[in-house]
Amino acid sequence: MSMLNIFDVSGSAASAQSQRLNTVASNLANADTVAGPDGQAYKARQVVFQTTLMGEVGAAGVRVSNVTEDQTPGRRVHDPKHPAADAQGYVTYSNVNPIEEMVNMISASRSYQNNIEVMNTAKSLMLKTLQLGQG
Amino acid sequence: MQLRLTQALDFQSQALQLRSERQRLIASNIANADTPGYQAREMDFARALREATGAQAVAGEMATSNPQHMAPVAGARDEAELLYASHSQDSVDRNTVDLERERHSAVENAVKYEATLRFINSSVRNMLDAMKGPNQG
Repeated sequence: MSMLNIFDVSGSAASAQSQRLNTVASNLANADTVAGPDGQAYKARQVVFQTTLMGEVGAAGVRVSNVTEDQTPGRRVHDPKHPAADAQGYVTYSNVNPIEEMVNMISASRSYQNNIEVMNTAKSLMLKTLQLGQG
Repeated sequence: MQLRLTQALDFQSQALQLRSERQRLIASNIANADTPGYQAREMDFARALREATGAQAVAGEMATSNPQHMAPVAGARDEAELLYASHSQDSVDRNTVDLERERHSAVENAVKYEATLRFINSSVRNMLDAMKGPNQG
């Protein structure tokens, strides 16, 4: 029954997109963080998507294969009065780029909507199939 | 006679099955619109339908070159052969999903799926009407 697989496929994509939205949220929340729990500045995180087979050949779902950390050095601001300032008086902020994150957020939310729409279409088609021969 | 009766439904039910396979394929493409390296898949619907209804030999099927060979059963097929959609633009992450085209195909396929459902419904209704006696309204 290939129609039922659509829910697996689109569901996996929707959950992958919501995970992406989650990392965007934590990146944006930490855009001005000076230090994480390990004492280092927060590093922006990105999810990596990977195609995964959902049972049959034509059904390709998505999963998050891993979460990478952006290794570019964080923004350094000269502020000797700051409690987190180093010996030279510089404070290292996180390397989150809020503009990139906003673009990422819009893209994730659009893709999420697309997948929900696919599920809705499949649902209405299946409901009509269930009424086959009655009308 | 019973065979003749359901034969009209056979074609439409094969078409329905293929439409649902295609819908799943489009769902996979839309799901993977952001996956790096994913190649969009597509099926040749007309060819798949001809193969499913036995009007055309399935690709890679054994040929009957000798009268003593057993003929393959019509419609004996695995899933439709999947092709790779040709992409309109290159992208840096080698993803070839064209979201506009996929959405267009999704809507088109859904409408045609419903059309097939209506064809089946109307032939069922026709058959039921034919079975009714003259006094049954």
